[in-house]
Amino acid sequence: MMFAFDLLLALALLLSGLRTLTTPRLDRGIVLFIAFGLLLALAWARLSGPDIGLAEAAIGAGLAGALLLDAYGVLQRSKDLHSKGVAFKRLIVIALGTAFTIVLSEALLDPLPAAIDLRVPVAAHLEESGVSHPVTAVLLNYRGYDTLLEIAVLLLALLAILAVVGETRIASPSRAHPVLQALARLATPSIIVMAVYLLWAGAFRPGGAFQAAALLAAAAVLLHLVGLLPGWSTPRLRLRLGLVAGFAVFLTVAAALLRQGALLKYPPEAAGGLILLIESALTLSLALILAGLFLILSRDEDAS
Amino acid sequence: MIEWLSMGLMMIGAFFFFAGTVGLLRFPDVYSRLHALAKADNLGLGCVLLALALQAESLAVALKLLLIWPLVLAASAGVGFAIARRAHALGIAPWKKGDGR
Repeated sequence: MMFAFDLLLALALLLSGLRTLTTPRLDRGIVLFIAFGLLLALAWARLSGPDIGLAEAAIGAGLAGALLLDAYGVLQRSKDLHSKGVAFKRLIVIALGTAFTIVLSEALLDPLPAAIDLRVPVAAHLEESGVSHPVTAVLLNYRGYDTLLEIAVLLLALLAILAVVGETRIASPSRAHPVLQALARLATPSIIVMAVYLLWAGAFRPGGAFQAAALLAAAAVLLHLVGLLPGWSTPRLRLRLGLVAGFAVFLTVAAALLRQGALLKYPPEAAGGLILLIESALTLSLALILAGLFLILSRDEDAS
Repeated sequence: MIEWLSMGLMMIGAFFFFAGTVGLLRFPDVYSRLHALAKADNLGLGCVLLALALQAESLAVALKLLLIWPLVLAASAGVGFAIARRAHALGIAPWKKGDGR
């Protein structure tokens, strides 16, 4: 029974991927891409990788889909959609994609055994890590510095965008129809509850700061699209504090723990609390950064 | 008893999903296709969720399953409205009896 489902899922993935690439209309391609992302999330869930599935659904299909749709809107306004050389560009994309697929399948068909098997030590030290979900333990405890640098990179990306975009004045987006506004208002509270749950659940099951933040960012994007949340021109002090809070808290904890001998080596009895503190700050900042990537980029410049 | 009830609801749900899909494929214009999707599929979803909730191992799981329904109802109503409004704004005329397909 499950085999039939898996087969259908694999076929649907291949078909939707193919259609995404070959459909002549850009808007259809984007919608197909979102559907592809959701199918991919299902596939990850079937491969027992619910963490990746959640991230794929929230970021890959949701946020990236919204960004693509927004980019399509801008392209349509600038009437740059049917410029010359599209066929040539597609040819390049198809060639590079094919090359990448060949290299990837070669690597996957003949995987080298991992130099060290880390599954046993990860499981053995789970007691001391402060959380009982191995993925969260790896992300926030064993390899906390990776996550520290990740949030720094995301912050840097947002700062770079802010620096490039500069200070253009913007008008708030036109208000959508009341029905759509009501839908957004209806969805937002349950999205917030879900995000808090994901943050809390990260300690013992799939979830955590990144997934929770992606949900919160999606709520912000939704509110922005129906005109209930103005785009962000220049972040004010409170917003700036929120943007850096995750990195700052993480860095403070790391600095305070330096005398333990290693970077981000938590004392086992305080590990759970520290991880929750860091994850909460991370959720807030990541949500603001992810939403910022959208809200700062999606300013309607022609409306000013 | 519950097993049979659940099975029956599942079949009814599957039938409505089937009807909705046939409607999506066969109806002549965007408005009637939306109608098929938003109505039949959501009824089908309700039946399937109820069937699953009957078989859930705990009340919490059953309630979570049933919570999906109003959320999807609201989302599909909103999205259906948005698509229909956009189609109307683009000047797509509703199909009338006697029009070609």
